[in-house]
Amino acid sequence: MTPAPLHVADERLMLDPMGALYWPARHLLVVSDLHLEKGSAQAARGALLPPWDSKVTLDRLAALMRRYRPQTVVTLGDSFHDAGGIGRLAPEQQDRLRAMTEAARFVWVLGNHDPDPPRGFAVEPTSAHTAGPFLFRHEAAPVEAGSIEICGHHHPKAAMPTRATQVTRPCFVTDSRRVMLPAFGAYTGGLDVRHPAIWRLFSAGARVFLLGRERLFSFALATARAG
Amino acid sequence: MAGTLPEPFAGWFAARGWAPRAHQLAMLAAAEAGQSVLLTAPTGGGKTLAGFLPSLVDLHAHPRAGIHTLYISPLKALAVDIARNLDAPVAEMGLGISVETRTGDTPQNRRARQRAEPPNILLTTPESLAVMLSFTDAAKMFAGLTAIVVDEVHALAGTKRGDQLALGMARLASLAPAARRAGLSATAAHPDALRVWLGAERIITAPDGAPPEISVMVPDGRLSWSGHMGLEAAPQVMARIRAAGTTIVFVNTRAQAELMFQALWRLNDPMLPIGLHHGSLEVEQRRRIEAAMAAGQLRAVVATSSLDLGIDWGGVDQVIQIGAPKGVSRLLQRVGRANHRMDEPSRAILVPANRFEVLECAAAIAGVSARELDGDPPRPGGLDVLAQHLLGMACAAPFDPDAMFAEVRSAAPYAALSRADFDDVLRFVQDGGYALAAYERYRRLFHDSQGRLHVRSERVARQYRMNIGTIVEQPMLKVRLVGRRGAGPALGEVEEYFASQLRPGDTFMFAGRLLRFRRIHEMAVEAEDGGTGEPAVPAYAGARMPLTTNLADRVRGLLQTPESWAVFPDQVQEWLQLQNARSRMPGRRDLLVETFPRGGRWYLVVYCFEGRQAHQTLGMLLTRRMARAGFAPLGFVATDYVLGVWSANQPVDVARLFDEDMLGDDLEDWLADSSMLRRTFRNVAVIAGLIERNHPGAEKSRKQVTVNSDLIYDVLRRHQPGHVLLRATRADAAHGLTDVARVAGMLERAKGRITHMALSRVSPLAVPVLLEIGRESVRTDADEDALLAEAEALIAEVMAETTPAPAPTAPAARRPARAKPTQGKLFA
Repeated sequence: MTPAPLHVADERLMLDPMGALYWPARHLLVVSDLHLEKGSAQAARGALLPPWDSKVTLDRLAALMRRYRPQTVVTLGDSFHDAGGIGRLAPEQQDRLRAMTEAARFVWVLGNHDPDPPRGFAVEPTSAHTAGPFLFRHEAAPVEAGSIEICGHHHPKAAMPTRATQVTRPCFVTDSRRVMLPAFGAYTGGLDVRHPAIWRLFSAGARVFLLGRERLFSFALATARAG
Repeated sequence: MAGTLPEPFAGWFAARGWAPRAHQLAMLAAAEAGQSVLLTAPTGGGKTLAGFLPSLVDLHAHPRAGIHTLYISPLKALAVDIARNLDAPVAEMGLGISVETRTGDTPQNRRARQRAEPPNILLTTPESLAVMLSFTDAAKMFAGLTAIVVDEVHALAGTKRGDQLALGMARLASLAPAARRAGLSATAAHPDALRVWLGAERIITAPDGAPPEISVMVPDGRLSWSGHMGLEAAPQVMARIRAAGTTIVFVNTRAQAELMFQALWRLNDPMLPIGLHHGSLEVEQRRRIEAAMAAGQLRAVVATSSLDLGIDWGGVDQVIQIGAPKGVSRLLQRVGRANHRMDEPSRAILVPANRFEVLECAAAIAGVSARELDGDPPRPGGLDVLAQHLLGMACAAPFDPDAMFAEVRSAAPYAALSRADFDDVLRFVQDGGYALAAYERYRRLFHDSQGRLHVRSERVARQYRMNIGTIVEQPMLKVRLVGRRGAGPALGEVEEYFASQLRPGDTFMFAGRLLRFRRIHEMAVEAEDGGTGEPAVPAYAGARMPLTTNLADRVRGLLQTPESWAVFPDQVQEWLQLQNARSRMPGRRDLLVETFPRGGRWYLVVYCFEGRQAHQTLGMLLTRRMARAGFAPLGFVATDYVLGVWSANQPVDVARLFDEDMLGDDLEDWLADSSMLRRTFRNVAVIAGLIERNHPGAEKSRKQVTVNSDLIYDVLRRHQPGHVLLRATRADAAHGLTDVARVAGMLERAKGRITHMALSRVSPLAVPVLLEIGRESVRTDADEDALLAEAEALIAEVMAETTPAPAPTAPAARRPARAKPTQGKLFA
């Protein structure tokens, strides 16, 4: 798997094809919108989805932690699909998550779906985290000069026209002041980057990076817009 | 008693100058004996009256309250129209019988009234019946049921809707064991299969009317090599419309309907009233057209299969079918819409849209004369439909699984259902049926102390009723006309995918108008009249009907008998003779494969005649093999007749490519990732109740995160590949979008009989598929990642943002990297 380098504000970040962001200089890994226990939340509403989404999401996170061996992991919010999610997480998965939070410093940004941190886990809850020039928070908001925002919340996806058919994938969206991560969770859907909620957050020169099996595919955001 | 009508019916017939027909009297006699029967009759044969007469006679002799007869039709409009037609005799004879309809369009207050005071005769659809059977008072409502009349049986049996109806009838048989069944069907290839589906004891056959007179009208001038629109025939079609009273112009796709409608109007100097009718137009608009047809106010209507079934309109005296009919039964159905007096022949004109279609039309006419109708052998009932049904049954009343299993097996499509499959489906309905027993507290059904299953809550029952149905559509958006005063009436709906490609100011053709796209607002497309320039035409992803096996066989036969070519236009005869000289004819039994170089590429053309779906599946499999053999395939195109593949290297040792074990690992691998299978899974998941339907009224904010069925599919496949919904998906895939069964049959027959012609240049018979390469959606074995890589490199080159990547190994892009709104060609 080949991550794509992204240079912002004199820092080098790596965008990983699994939908995570890594900052080599600080050994810092970022993921967003895990929505753990979304499957069971839907089940409670009558849609009995296959109950393995949390396991699959944690499988992916474990693989990332093995690859990068981060010292710090920042989860950008909506790690659980709702407030009751932690209670529904199977004991086996709870153990795995606990082990991860003990293997690295876990900065747990709070999201709109999970406004409280999980009890009994070694995480640092916060509404925003700063490191170097970066401001890590759940949902995009106006950024002051000199700061680069790293956020999630919108679950960006982009549809690219190709020779045969349109291909839709989750994607990163980046410009000189902001990096938006795709949703990491196994059952998370996406919002098209052409939607004004995403579109208006970025400048004319913004780029999207679509997730592929082995690598990322980069396009100007304007290309997605023009379709 | 048998052989005569009782009064006042005899008098009513006599007053109209009618004599009761033999099959109508036979139906009456069968009903009196309590027999269940299937009536097959050509259109115009007085089927409907034959179906209702016994009920009217019985109710007149023994008046009672409550539902006596249930009439079920696949069409809402049919139910409404039949009701209207029944009102006339009931009123004229003063019969005192109540007749009402209940469909998805019936307003809530009328439905409530019907539950409180059920009518004697209730006309409904399979879906509305499923709703009624899920009510707790269903047993009471249907206790007095005496007769079930099912119309258009040939259109229901063998479909998922038919599966659902069969299960409903099995339930009715438990609630009202004495109720007899009467099925009404057009003439069919396998009437006995229909009889079994209905659960009838015998078949009553009405005599055939005069055989139809069908002619072929070839467009003037050069006969098209490829394409299926047939628009160049518009002037001749217009001339025929002018020469006749009322014409139905049948086409095969909705996009074609819009284009042909526009083409005819451009030639409509005398301003004849010509209408448009297809399934994506607003319901009111369709009803208006139907009413106008019935009242004789239209000279022509351009329609898709939306008018295949329906009320007999006596005034239609001409049917024109644009494009090959795809099947003999379908052709007969459409031809039968003209002129409904049994003794007079229906007249129809076939207009082939390209050279191959000339052959197909000739084959279809021969098939009609030989009365060789198509028809697939019955397939087992869908497990997804069963899941939906079982939940509905629990909503009505608690049930014992053993008793329910027996009841389900009494429905013909489920006669061979294994107890294991039944248990798996039931487990899915209860709690998802997952190996990881995680959903105990979210069960939808629970056991009581006697082992009976109960529905858990009223909320589950409500969700069930909101999601009833076996037809799953792609997400659609309404199209609204906007004028100066803001958004106006809805014209119909288009697929979200099509709408998402439009930009403000783009012109598109819809509902017979040229519209200018303004914006998408509140889940609807807003557009104004007066679009200019080349319009995009909405296309729909519903699969185009493929050529039937019978018809394909006849076309192959025609190619092998030069004596039969004399009826073809000169251009076609020359074309075929040239093929014989330069290459050879596809045989009846062998599989002809031609290879030739052209423009720096190599082409491989396979003459399979198995229909587009099967050819696309074969294309996927074949290109994988070609890749492994080092031929470097670049893409392929499938038509109903042939498969064309192009590659960088010359294909050799061609016969080996078609080893039957192409259907082994290669097929498994491909199916595992195939987007076709994902689409099939999505349908299965919605029908089975795993995922909720998109409800057009529900104002879902686009910001709302929803669950994508592809994501569920991936997780389920990895963790429980034997899950019942995945099995249901594989069963569907044997036919439907991937038509694997047809590919298997073809490969089996072709074993040891591959004929390879290595040519130095393109053969005459291969020209059409080469031309399709420019028009049709190009399929390729390259997966999505490879396509993205290619697009990325191309765009970067164009933008000159990076040093140009090495040229991608693909034919010169025929479409610009930025996809403009297309003519809807992707799926049409």
